[in-house]
Amino acid sequence: MQVSIAQFFQRSDYLMSLPMILLTIFALGILLIDLMLPDDWKWANAATAFVGVLFATAGLIKVQIALGEAHRQMVPAFMNSMVIDRFAIYFWYLFLAGAAVAILMSVHYMDVEREHHGEFYALILFSVVGMMCMASGWDVVLIFIGLELMAISTYVLVGFLRRDRRSNEASLKYLLLGAFSSGIFAYGLSLLYGLAGSTNLVIIRQRLAQQMAAAGDHADPVAVLALLTVATGLLFKIAAVPFHQWAPDAYEGAPTSITGFMSVAVKSAAWAMLLRILLLGLAPLHKIWVPLLVFVSIATMTAANLAALTQNNLKRLLAYSSIAHVGYMLLGLIAFGSANTPSGVDGIRGILIYLLVYTFMNLGAFAVITSLRRRDVIGDEIDDIAGLFFRAPTESVLMLVFLLSLAGIPPLAGFWGKYFIFLSLIETGHYVLASLAVLYAVFGLYYYMRIANAMLMRQALDKEPLKIGGSMAAALGVTALATLLIGIYPEPFIRAVDWSLGLSQHPAIAHLVK
Amino acid sequence: MVPLSYYLVLSGILFACGVTGFLIKRNIITIFMSIELMLNGVNLSFVAFAARWHALRGQVFVFFVMVVAAAEAAVGLAIIIAVYRTRETLNVDQMNLLKL
Amino acid sequence: MAPVATPFFFYLLSGLALISGILVITRRNPVHSALALILTLLALAGIYLMLYAPFVAGVQIILYAGGIMVLFLFVIMLVNVGRAEKERQFNKQWLLAIAATVGLGIVFVRVFTSSQTLTELLKRPLAQLPETSNTQQVGFSLYGQYMLAFEIASLLLLVAIVGAVVMAKKRI
Repeated sequence: MQVSIAQFFQRSDYLMSLPMILLTIFALGILLIDLMLPDDWKWANAATAFVGVLFATAGLIKVQIALGEAHRQMVPAFMNSMVIDRFAIYFWYLFLAGAAVAILMSVHYMDVEREHHGEFYALILFSVVGMMCMASGWDVVLIFIGLELMAISTYVLVGFLRRDRRSNEASLKYLLLGAFSSGIFAYGLSLLYGLAGSTNLVIIRQRLAQQMAAAGDHADPVAVLALLTVATGLLFKIAAVPFHQWAPDAYEGAPTSITGFMSVAVKSAAWAMLLRILLLGLAPLHKIWVPLLVFVSIATMTAANLAALTQNNLKRLLAYSSIAHVGYMLLGLIAFGSANTPSGVDGIRGILIYLLVYTFMNLGAFAVITSLRRRDVIGDEIDDIAGLFFRAPTESVLMLVFLLSLAGIPPLAGFWGKYFIFLSLIETGHYVLASLAVLYAVFGLYYYMRIANAMLMRQALDKEPLKIGGSMAAALGVTALATLLIGIYPEPFIRAVDWSLGLSQHPAIAHLVK
Repeated sequence: MVPLSYYLVLSGILFACGVTGFLIKRNIITIFMSIELMLNGVNLSFVAFAARWHALRGQVFVFFVMVVAAAEAAVGLAIIIAVYRTRETLNVDQMNLLKL
Repeated sequence: MAPVATPFFFYLLSGLALISGILVITRRNPVHSALALILTLLALAGIYLMLYAPFVAGVQIILYAGGIMVLFLFVIMLVNVGRAEKERQFNKQWLLAIAATVGLGIVFVRVFTSSQTLTELLKRPLAQLPETSNTQQVGFSLYGQYMLAFEIASLLLLVAIVGAVVMAKKRI
């Protein structure tokens, strides 16, 4: 039987996957040229990776222009398995920004660690390809395989310091818990497939809504089981309590630039996947997952903030702070899911803005910690950052900016993320949750200020001045600039978020907004 | 004729066995094998539903889950080798450098 | 087409799968666990055949039992096997974990046997099976509907190769 494969493709498919194709080509190129590079030319791998990210960004701009010229909100690609809509484009920009800064941060660091191989940068690019699939997938098969591509690249990146025991152990624990959660997630997907007969999220939503309507608005036990298992998998990936155990260990043991990358890009990808699945596929069951998320977010904020108060390791402290931030973002989702009025949309706006500012401020903080690494000092305890003000004044001031932004102090970027989420909570009447969140934000201020105190007030344990290379300076500069800029002048960024949501025309949101 | 729910119960029990193995065993490789058991439960669930819906999507997803299982097994076993090289033990209780 | 799943084969194969599944998690020696897992995989392959999925059954035997499990056995041989015999087998919280999973198992059984939607689904009439072979149909699906996922899966395998070499090789 003669069948031509070409009949399954359309021209637009190639254009829509252009950023992914470019990243793949550059990653393959890095794998090849790494074989020919002598030891002190290894930075060329990083340069290739960076150029690759720039090319992919140019490709993404081209996609965005094409979308605008066609006057369409969304373009399904590859026979409805992927959709390029503004939501996906926004997240793709975030991933590329995170990857670019992580590459800049890693150059000197991996050289000091003597594990400066090309595979490192190739794996970063491959994981971004996986993230792009997760953010734009309409078919759960594509989402699952994108998730696994990102996850497996990250497992290897976390364990990249092969001689360091903590790195090995972190990678092992991350892989075991990640594989476990993928198994639970896949089981939930199988139940969803069974109920709906299709793996496309749109059809899943239709069939679930039909079944609920036919059963008098009661959720079927199989659907509830599917929701619980899928939600377990998703919550593992964003490191919400009680599935957060892997995060402090993985963050502490990984190379610091990868910790930054994980806490920012991997988390954004997990959020994109969570928003797509919960808001699009499982929307008919929102009466069940909203109360569930209330419990999860309260537990997350409590456990993470309390645990962060006693940490002495900077990476672990930032890991717990990262988990706490996830708790705040979940509040935004709760505000959206529980309201039937347009005001709940502020919750989703809040999440997207939060992820944007979080990308830059967290990467900045990790960049400063990365720069502390020298030949004989690991540099991730609070004692190592003590007295930074006397050794590298500009860096310590930038770190202060990042810490204040993480705590949510205006006029820095972090304030706007929290502002929109708290606003959405108050608008939808969740006053208790809002006051709880503000209380925990104040807690957060304490442990961020502990770091700042050590940095500015204590004496340095070793007085040698800190030198940072060009690429690290570039990374610090970009992140600090973004943090200050978004904080002082948030208008264009808020408009970008509104554009990405296509407010009140986005099908996922329009469905819930009556 | 065997009803569909029997297959689903079997897949659920296999999945539960895998989860149990993951939680109670101490040897890393056996923990890994429990994850493979879980993924097999998932595969059976997919194939059973595919037989019900008489569509091939379920079977195609099984193919992808197997690819993922293979990739995870390869990377996981490599990491286990790396861990073993520095530690000489496969007991998960002794992986305690990273404290709570 | 008349269904092939006579109850005898189903009970035989599922009993085999369950018993070897329990053996996987209760054997002290990892080699025994691996062999029990291979038996589970073969029993499941038989069940897939009963569910009209010959391609998946074939891939299960070749790839899973013949590839992944061989990889497991290689690694078990590579790292010292003898030590596992002398150490404690189960975790400290084994009782709690077993209670939790027995609870989980009961939940599964209740959900699947009492679900209204499932009973509704079972009432639909059986569709006709297509004339072309199962493998060909799966091929059409993989290269048509799921083309992008297929390509990403190939990237996944490349990443697995690169990752395995990076982690396991002494000097790269």
